[in-house]
Amino acid sequence: MTQPLVYLDHAATTPMLPAAVEAMTRQLGGVGNASSLHASGRGARRVVEESRETIAGMIGARPGDVVFTSGGTESDNLALKGIFWARRAQDPRRTRILSTAIEHHAVLDPLHWLAESDGADVELLPVSSEGVLDLEALRESVTRDPGSVALVSVMWANNEVGSLQPIAEVVALAAEHGIPAHTDAVQALGQVPVDFAASGVDALTFTGHKVGGPYGVGALVVRRDLAVSALVHGGGQERDIRSGTLDVPAIAGLAAAVEESVKTQEEHAVRVAALRDDLVRRVVEVVPDAHLHGAPAGPLRLPGNAHLGFPGCEGDSLLMLLDARGIECSTGSACSAGVPQPSHVLLAMGCDDDQARHSLRFSLGHTTTPADVDRLVEAIGPVVERARAARAR
Amino acid sequence: MRVVAAMSGGVDSAVAAARAVEAGHEVTGVHLALSRNPASYRSGARGCCTIEDSNDARRAADVIGIPFYVWDLSERFHEDVVEDFMDEYAAGRTPNPCLRCNEKIKFAAVLDRALALGFDAVATGHYAQLRTGADGLVEMHRAVDHGKDQSYVLGVLDQQQLRHSLFPLGDTDKPSVRREAEARGLLVADKPDSHDICFVADGDNAGWLREKLGDRAPNHGGDIVDSTTGETVGSHSGTYGFTIGQRRGLRLGVPAADGKPRFVLDIEPVTGTVTVGPRERLAVDHVSGIRPRWCGTVPERVEGTVQLRAHGAEHRAVVTVSGDDVEIDLLEPAEGIAPGQAAVIYDGTRVVGSATIAATRPVAARTEVTA
Repeated sequence: MTQPLVYLDHAATTPMLPAAVEAMTRQLGGVGNASSLHASGRGARRVVEESRETIAGMIGARPGDVVFTSGGTESDNLALKGIFWARRAQDPRRTRILSTAIEHHAVLDPLHWLAESDGADVELLPVSSEGVLDLEALRESVTRDPGSVALVSVMWANNEVGSLQPIAEVVALAAEHGIPAHTDAVQALGQVPVDFAASGVDALTFTGHKVGGPYGVGALVVRRDLAVSALVHGGGQERDIRSGTLDVPAIAGLAAAVEESVKTQEEHAVRVAALRDDLVRRVVEVVPDAHLHGAPAGPLRLPGNAHLGFPGCEGDSLLMLLDARGIECSTGSACSAGVPQPSHVLLAMGCDDDQARHSLRFSLGHTTTPADVDRLVEAIGPVVERARAARAR
Repeated sequence: MRVVAAMSGGVDSAVAAARAVEAGHEVTGVHLALSRNPASYRSGARGCCTIEDSNDARRAADVIGIPFYVWDLSERFHEDVVEDFMDEYAAGRTPNPCLRCNEKIKFAAVLDRALALGFDAVATGHYAQLRTGADGLVEMHRAVDHGKDQSYVLGVLDQQQLRHSLFPLGDTDKPSVRREAEARGLLVADKPDSHDICFVADGDNAGWLREKLGDRAPNHGGDIVDSTTGETVGSHSGTYGFTIGQRRGLRLGVPAADGKPRFVLDIEPVTGTVTVGPRERLAVDHVSGIRPRWCGTVPERVEGTVQLRAHGAEHRAVVTVSGDDVEIDLLEPAEGIAPGQAAVIYDGTRVVGSATIAATRPVAARTEVTA
């Protein structure tokens, strides 16, 4: 009999919560464009607005701050391009965007595009060897010429090594000069406490499928009084900055997932962190030179993230060998064609090419059990040995 | 056996993988990311991710029902194949990068890695046949479909490599493979065959070499000289743009006295001179080879045939081997034989081995031409 899969890639996507499946499927058989004026339309609109209110309540925002999108990538694009364009339109001197070298590609690629095609001066600020933004570098960059900064964008938590970023300090620094701050909180929501208003950020990205909701839906939470240029033009459904017929079932599923994952965040974090700590300890027992990348386990690291280096191995060999044994993990952030590239995050943390290639990310989530950790610990020794032999050739 | 099926995204390797599964092997599909060519790779911030071919291979693996991974061999490929290709052209020779790729990448880097990871063999969609001989050695033979036969580009494989290779298509002709792909629901069934060198995107060899060689080129121009008159009959923009036996693209300003077409006879990278002459002067009756590779036992003397270029004719020959030196006497003359190409030696349909052509001797002149 084949053993059940050991899924340790929750940072890529996590299974939908039963409550989210239930909320979403309840809507799938219905009809109604949330913009229509008749009873069916009003019914659909009601689901959307109740979902918006639920989400706002869970993340410390006002309902009007929540702009539904197709997910994290669209939210990041909307925040970066939309805020940059609006701020530069107000004052043409504002051409600088400050961010970090360890952002997700959904932030880095729009920034590259803005730099290459739209005259933005993008500065990607360095991080420590633990993968945490160098605040002094940010301070120096802002104060050098605050009037030219259009926006600052710093992720809440890194998707590869799980390091939490000093969002409070970033916001304080930006606010001193009246600069809006955006954060990509895709990995943070449901894992650590996230409160939009209390954090002071002006815009925040999150997505459904990382919190136990459906794929293809997410939101940009953005202060109502912040000017944002539209990216997708059309019917103007979402505050005129995002057009497109609203996906009512997905939004209902998203709200249910946000509600449950935020309500259970604290106990989830304690449970998952204990499993993660057990995993790291036992893997290192079996493979003594394996080591954790990023911040030490504790309050500065995502509870479900174990990013481990295995010297002398190729990450993609390890991944393949584990996959063959039914254990699923990642070599970093997923790349569509599956060509392993050394991680820009690890390179920014000062790893060399080799170190950046010999790493695996195990990310634990709501379905992870102690038996999953046992299976990995059982497999990792022979797998590392084999990958080392392959590398030595 | 546990088998790695190298899947290019084309129809042949997809059917080969499916047949390996059907033969009872435990198969894993692997697409080799080889090129750094921006035309075949996603450009931009990441500089990774092959486009169509990798997706086609992945989709074929899904249909066949096997796991699929991409192995990045672009660094090894660049060092062992692309650099060699440039060096060879710069030296006035005509390399065959497919042979080199089989020798250094597919049946070396990939095979080594597969064996270390616990696999037993690599399967490819090459058209060639393997069988075990009376002596227990694995023999490689020409494919049943002589038009598609690829034993020439596999002539560099030694016994160790052949023992861990599978060529499931060797007994089938190409139209049948296409029909089989269709029947198996593989959407690559009607994908056109690839002909060009994979890393030269638009097939413009000379243009590609001009750009990539840059300062490494021995010259970026020189004279074209007629061998019969010694007269300069044209000029060119780099000796690397030529191959022995070439007729097209010479753009000669002075017509030949006899009005007949002229062919490239010799390439001199140091002086930058390209010598042209009448077709008769292309004929050679002796070929000297170096760097031999033997599929099985090292022979001393072979009375058989040789093939001197991809898709070229077979020539009856007597081959004498002495260490790394391979002397080939052609029983009837061959034309347009370029140093750098492989001479693959056959005994009937069986591949004995191969050597890289180092020099040829023209029939008429009886003097060595070396490049």
